[in-house]
Amino acid sequence: MVEMDSLIAERSTTAPMVVGLATPAPIAGAGGSAIELRWLSKRYGEETVVDTIAASIAPGEFFSLLGPSGSGKTTTLMMVAGFVHPDGGTVLVDGQDIVAVPPQKRGFGMVFQDYAIFPHLNVFENIAFPLRARHWAKDAIETRVIWALELVRLSRFADRDARQLSGGQQQRVALARAIVFHPPVVLMDEPLGALDKNLRFEMQVEIKEIQQRLGMTVLYVTHDQEEAMSMSDRIAIMNRGQIYQIGPPGEVYERPANPFVGRFLGEANLIEGTVMAKGGEVARLRLPSGQELRAPRNTSCVAGRGMLFIRPERVEIVPGTAASGDPGVNALPGNVRRCSFLGNILRYAVDLEGTAPITVDLQNAARVAPLPVGAPVVLRWPVSDSLILPAEA
Amino acid sequence: MAITVATPGAVSRATSSAPRDRTLLLMLPSLAMLILLFLVPLALFFVRTFTEFDGTTAEFIEQTRDLLLSQAYLSALGTTNWISLIVTVTVLLIGYPIAYYLTTAAGFGVNVVVLSIVLPYFTSIIVRTFSWMVLLGEHGLVNDLLMATGLANAPLSLMYNRLGVLIGMSYVLLPYMVLTLYAAMRSIDPSLLRASAGLGASGFYTFRRVYFPLSLPGVLSGALIVYILSIGFFITPALMGGQHDIMTAMLIDRALEIAVDWPSAALMSATLLLVTLALYAVYYRITDIRRLIGAR
Repeated sequence: MVEMDSLIAERSTTAPMVVGLATPAPIAGAGGSAIELRWLSKRYGEETVVDTIAASIAPGEFFSLLGPSGSGKTTTLMMVAGFVHPDGGTVLVDGQDIVAVPPQKRGFGMVFQDYAIFPHLNVFENIAFPLRARHWAKDAIETRVIWALELVRLSRFADRDARQLSGGQQQRVALARAIVFHPPVVLMDEPLGALDKNLRFEMQVEIKEIQQRLGMTVLYVTHDQEEAMSMSDRIAIMNRGQIYQIGPPGEVYERPANPFVGRFLGEANLIEGTVMAKGGEVARLRLPSGQELRAPRNTSCVAGRGMLFIRPERVEIVPGTAASGDPGVNALPGNVRRCSFLGNILRYAVDLEGTAPITVDLQNAARVAPLPVGAPVVLRWPVSDSLILPAEA
Repeated sequence: MAITVATPGAVSRATSSAPRDRTLLLMLPSLAMLILLFLVPLALFFVRTFTEFDGTTAEFIEQTRDLLLSQAYLSALGTTNWISLIVTVTVLLIGYPIAYYLTTAAGFGVNVVVLSIVLPYFTSIIVRTFSWMVLLGEHGLVNDLLMATGLANAPLSLMYNRLGVLIGMSYVLLPYMVLTLYAAMRSIDPSLLRASAGLGASGFYTFRRVYFPLSLPGVLSGALIVYILSIGFFITPALMGGQHDIMTAMLIDRALEIAVDWPSAALMSATLLLVTLALYAVYYRITDIRRLIGAR
């Protein structure tokens, strides 16, 4: 949580991060535009793909649309790009309605999922394409393409046939091509989806650094929650054509608005029970077994069915059966059902009386011997880390 | 930084090379037919005409030179290539928009266009040529229409001249061009066009710098196949052409039918075959390149 917050705070200070990147001269006048999605809708036949969504994206913000396939995130991006015409609502860029503006006049940079590198042009010409389309002067084109090549560390590949490049290099060409004309807005549609895991992480860092240096607004579509969290200033979690929650990565991860968001952003324990009507600042949730769990009171604490949300890494696992009398700690007895070795963490599944098993993640620190299956344990976690969510419909 | 990403091309290449033996087996019937019914008779034709030549080698070479440099042959060769070139360009200019329409449009219109292009393809070339003669004759449909509407005072000469040959041949060869272009255009990744627009290119710029260059292999293949077919054309120019529209194939026919001069016919055929094979070699290279550029 602390790390997340500091990451977010860092963004507003515009000092460029320089980690293993060439440092071309800073650009005068570069910066981002504000984007506002105002009650956007898109229907295909009977199906509503995007359902009256709204979001305000600040200039220079890295904003992600995160959701499973079919959640409407790509359609939303295509409406911003101009390739899909909305059935309702508008898109405003710096206050101007752009719905009637054709894609080529919107002046956005775009990175596509399959890169869409022009196969008949070499690397240099691919990157020069947006500049030539804008009828720039020859010298200016050359200067700018060399700058962009340096930025994505492809200077040596200028004359290379674009089809001979590896996936990661093609991705860099696509990125350079999207930013070479210093667009105020860059739209990215799952740009790292085709890369393997290590390369994906490397590119995440590069994209983020370039975005911070140029100060452009990025609207980023992904289904990978780690990717969205590591890069974004804010994330909009989408499902079934709707935005379920918008917030900084730390907030949506720690305080999901509903069970879907909680589960989509990572492993989540959602313990079902009944929210008790009475209580002050601390709300109580009664489990079918009769045990009670506590959580800070919030707007979801309406009497009736509810869920208590707690991340696996927040739960402590203590061998034995001794219950805790500490009012600031939730405690539940159980038995180890399974222990999975995941490398950096040990993931326990613990059987509880009357509810679904709970997942507990422990750091794989030195001298931690895994607990045997069937061992009696007590699960403990701070009440302040607990969150009551509405039950799923 | 070591990046190893398997390209789709590499995978398909690896899988396509394995069942080659079976492919050869499947090709056997057509291969046998080609050899027995075409290559063997052709070889016999050449061998017989040249072995039956009664004279010395020097005489043979001299006669060959005389024939190939004769006014009649050179003029026929020039006419053939000139007509083929104009037909190719005409068919390309007409076929390109049609093929483009077919790749982009959908629904009823496409079916109508496909049918009107493919249906004549299955009709005898003589029937099609005679149909054009009915249309283009001095009292044909076109002239009647032109005179009825007052666009012409006297019947225009649309046939038994160069124009007639060009109209007839272009019509017959149009399907080859359209189908070749269609295949090439279908392989153009639509996301490239979207990328172009997304990066600020106007529709015309996208066409000029992305779509047309990517369709170029199809244009070259189509042009070559039409040209190759054109230089061997016989029926249409024979029926619709005038006195001066003698093409090589017609000259060969006359050498056989009227002069009964087999060696001359064989020589001219061999030359025509060589030109065709040379063009086909180019065509083969280009279609191979297209597969590389298509990349999908």
